[in-house]
Amino acid sequence: MDEFIWRALAGGLGVALIAGPFGCFIVWRRMAYFGDTLAHSALLGVTLGYLLDLDLNLGIVATSLAVAVLLVTAGRSQTLGTDTLLGIVSHSALALGIVLTTFVPDLRVDLMSFLFGDILAVTRTDLLWIWGGGALAGLALLALWRPLLALTVHAELAEVEGVPVTQVRIAFMLLLAIAVSLALKVVGIVLVTSLLIIPAAAARRLAGSPEQMALAGAALGCVAVAGGLGASLIWDTPTGPSVVVTASLLFLLSRLAPARLSLSR
Amino acid sequence: MPDRERLVEGRGLVFRPGGQAVLDGIDITVDRGEIVSLIGPNGAGKTSLVRLVLGLARPDAGSVWRRDGLVVGYVPQRLVIDPVLPLTARRFLGLGGQAPASLRVEVLAEVGVAHLLDRPVQRISGGEFQRLLLARALLRRPDLLVLDEPVQGVDVTGQAEIYEMIARIRERRGCAVLLVSHDLHLVMAATDRVVCINRHLCCAGHPETVSRHPEYVALFGPGLADKLAHYAHRHDHVHGAGGEVLPIGGDAAPAGTEARHDHG
Repeated sequence: MDEFIWRALAGGLGVALIAGPFGCFIVWRRMAYFGDTLAHSALLGVTLGYLLDLDLNLGIVATSLAVAVLLVTAGRSQTLGTDTLLGIVSHSALALGIVLTTFVPDLRVDLMSFLFGDILAVTRTDLLWIWGGGALAGLALLALWRPLLALTVHAELAEVEGVPVTQVRIAFMLLLAIAVSLALKVVGIVLVTSLLIIPAAAARRLAGSPEQMALAGAALGCVAVAGGLGASLIWDTPTGPSVVVTASLLFLLSRLAPARLSLSR
Repeated sequence: MPDRERLVEGRGLVFRPGGQAVLDGIDITVDRGEIVSLIGPNGAGKTSLVRLVLGLARPDAGSVWRRDGLVVGYVPQRLVIDPVLPLTARRFLGLGGQAPASLRVEVLAEVGVAHLLDRPVQRISGGEFQRLLLARALLRRPDLLVLDEPVQGVDVTGQAEIYEMIARIRERRGCAVLLVSHDLHLVMAATDRVVCINRHLCCAGHPETVSRHPEYVALFGPGLADKLAHYAHRHDHVHGAGGEVLPIGGDAAPAGTEARHDHG
């Protein structure tokens, strides 16, 4: 087979592996909209990257990190509901990103590939970003695992027990920003949250512990990537959406699984 | 309480989140080994006061002092674990920190939920979950247990059992307990001192004194106060008051101190 397919597979699997554990925390902490906001702001990163002649991956990661910091600080004032705040940032960033593409002729051509992903165009440099960044984010998440889980269950109890709640929360958001910017490569800005939450949600009924759910989420994500890639090669469907459709089918299957399969419900 | 070691002390606490005063000039202290009950009607600011004492929020005026190296075991008022998070009781306990397995066995037996260890937390009933929370707090070997409405969602028999258990824990471990309740007559038997608040400090002292204090009666009604006096009385046999209702004076607290040593 052609090399670009193996590159696509390697990139997709790398993203799926990291999406599993991060997706679980998004599901547990009810942060799906937060993930969306990070993703939508990435287009702004792409545009700024082009305009400032930076590496696009760098542009995306930098913008996502900036938005994460903005959300953490803005979230402290309680005058607006969190969902309202996220909605404002999310859609403003997406709209501004699209508006700005007008000034970058190259980008106007590529807009669809940014919105819906273009995994078949993954380069060796992209692979380096995905696997390098993914390993970094994954290891950092591992280090944060127990305190993050503790504050997910009950933040104040965790704080009394000595967890530095604010720091852990910020660290997680920054790591999530990295994970989201990597996952963009596969499914694009519009669908990135689905790659994070659908495999994780599908893993729920197969898991009896948080770690099992994270691993099962990663495994199901890999199946979705391989399945979506295969489908797009056979039927010439767009790859990103095919991956998401495969993930959704896996989710439906997991719901059909007999209850006794699930260890804890 | 003269010779006891002070664990926490809040003085003149004012708390105004968003500009509205939830607490206004509250004093509260807890000494080693004593059980202090914090009571007040709904919305009185009990949980806010607990959060100040724990350092989870900062007072707008006044100060909170905590003993250096104070280890606190906390049982929050509401802890609901989303069914989307697969978590057994064992893992839940582990989230509080690493504890040797022998200690875990001992603590779970102490609160009577050793059989739950491998059950998902979402399938544990209200009363058993409260015991599990207590176990997580005890695993830290706390100097001070802070229990915010520990009998929520527990049926009446279960409630009495939990309060008895708290009294036993104190006897055995000598840790102090700060107990939040909206219901004095249930906590009365195990309490050394009561602090009654309703945004401001209503009254504080020996449970019986408080139950007859005009501000307390105004909040909870005289009928209940009578019941309380009667209930408390049954536990006062240790200092031989006979069948009479004790005269109420400002010096009732030392009597309570004596009674404590004769328990259990």
